[in-house]
Amino acid sequence: MSPKATTSRPAPAASDAIERGSSPWRDAWHRLQKNRLAVAGGAVLLFLGLACALGPLFGRYSYEEQDLTITFQAPNSAHWCGTDQFGRDLLVRMLVGGRISIMVGMIATFVALVIGVTWGAVAGFFGGKTDTVMMRLVDIMYALPFTIFVILLMVFFGRNIFLLFFAIGAVEWLTMARIVRSQIMAIKKMEYIEAARSLGFGRGRIIFRHMIPNILGPIIVYATLTIPAVMLLEAFLSFLGLGVQAPMSSWGVLIKDGAEKMEEYWWLLVFPGGVFSLTLFSLNFLGDGLRDALDVRAAKD
Amino acid sequence: MLRFIVRRLLETIPVLLVIVTATFFMVRFVPGGPFTAERAIPPEILKNLEAHYGLNLPLHRQYFNYLGRLLHGNLGPSFKYPNRTVNELIADKLPTSLELGGWSLLVALCVGLPLGIFAAVRRNSWVDYLCSSVAMIGICVPTFVLGPLLVLAFAIHFNWFSASGWYVWQDRVLPALVLGFFYSAYIARLTRGGLLDELNQDYIRTARAKGASEFRVVTCHTLRGGLLPVVAFLGPATAGILTGSFVIETIFHIPGLGREFVNSAFSRDYTLVLGTVILYATLIIALNLVVDVVQVWLNPKLKFE
Repeated sequence: MSPKATTSRPAPAASDAIERGSSPWRDAWHRLQKNRLAVAGGAVLLFLGLACALGPLFGRYSYEEQDLTITFQAPNSAHWCGTDQFGRDLLVRMLVGGRISIMVGMIATFVALVIGVTWGAVAGFFGGKTDTVMMRLVDIMYALPFTIFVILLMVFFGRNIFLLFFAIGAVEWLTMARIVRSQIMAIKKMEYIEAARSLGFGRGRIIFRHMIPNILGPIIVYATLTIPAVMLLEAFLSFLGLGVQAPMSSWGVLIKDGAEKMEEYWWLLVFPGGVFSLTLFSLNFLGDGLRDALDVRAAKD
Repeated sequence: MLRFIVRRLLETIPVLLVIVTATFFMVRFVPGGPFTAERAIPPEILKNLEAHYGLNLPLHRQYFNYLGRLLHGNLGPSFKYPNRTVNELIADKLPTSLELGGWSLLVALCVGLPLGIFAAVRRNSWVDYLCSSVAMIGICVPTFVLGPLLVLAFAIHFNWFSASGWYVWQDRVLPALVLGFFYSAYIARLTRGGLLDELNQDYIRTARAKGASEFRVVTCHTLRGGLLPVVAFLGPATAGILTGSFVIETIFHIPGLGREFVNSAFSRDYTLVLGTVILYATLIIALNLVVDVVQVWLNPKLKFE
């Protein structure tokens, strides 16, 4: 055990001594630290997250205030990333947009997580007819053109950001349900589940308190890999003009604006596109690293 | 096998019915209609228009009328393009989207498969790292960033290919490259993973022990099994190439079906929305069926259940 691993998670000395060398989470954390790409990905994400959360509070500029005397300025010392057609500072707009994009990524993934884990756990736990019907439904839903439905929903019911969360979350839960189901089936027959049963615990308690904590590994890995997929979908919708509404910004909206004006004003496309790609890189590297660290085989379906 | 295909085809019918029904009522319950314009239409004319398109009937009558026509393969008249049927519009736009999809698929396979194979054969060498990094770039740089960047470089700066339109071959290059590259990244990763699994099998060691060349081992022995994940991916991917072309068609101003679909949703062209949704759903279901059949053909261990 490296000294780093112990200092990074301070714990009371007694429990630390018991945990040492025995917890699979410790081992995974140790393996993850050796994966330089994953650590770099995590660091970049932490930095971007903090910058988006705190940066706009300290900046001199507002994301929506227009100043028509300084439109389309190339990057300079006052505006590090230049300004857009209304003279708004691109850096601030990127940070504020990052909040939206990251928030959509996290919340929609959370929605997908809740639906998928519950669905898969119930199907796997009960088995038999319940399982057949529930998983057949998942199979059928895989065949539906969901992207199209999300587009329709966003066109018809307006660019409501909460609708965006749920529409995307409702699309992305299917694979999660499959993974959770197979994991639940694998641990269903183990002794500690039987022990819980013989103690008279209810089914809900067994599923959510005893089984799901034991399959957290694959769930975390898949969630990390779902976030980039969700952010991509959000940006895709924004690019089609179905994302958040002006003057709010998101990375997808900024990329769309930038792509329209890139011939003369390259920075409007390059900076938002770069930050977006960097985030996706980091998330994917971190997800891959977690998968290796937690030794999950089936996570990347 | 024939029974399997017939059964799967029969299963398709209720799925399609659900899709048609859901879309039909979803489209109807949204605010605004095809004749909502900025300048209000006089009520008498509106009445005539609605009577002409059968919009004055009760909703359930409209629904069954639509289903009846659908059984005859008639997708109804378009609301936004006067005197044109949805069938005509699709016949007009679909070939463009299919051509774009075909070229993109070709790019995806021609780039993705070699990348994945080289990465797997030279595992953990600089070749592997190079190929894997290229694949990662393809996954993390979305088409709507890569597209405009390539236009900036190759259309505006070097002036080799055109930035938009769909007339001559120079128009085809950039859209097909951008759309294809994104999918080639996934294909490369899946090929690498599949081949690595397969290269560890005992029968490969046997083949090597018998003196088969490395080239022969890869091409004749591993590829067949190693490509299974790729085949499973190709079904949804082909469908994705067709739907993903919304963005590509928008960036490059290609008159395809994807752009038409988004526009029809905005303008509440009920029948055109329904027609395109039905078309896409049928395509996806058909492609998944083809994938299942090909998978069993590639891997005799699987059986048609």
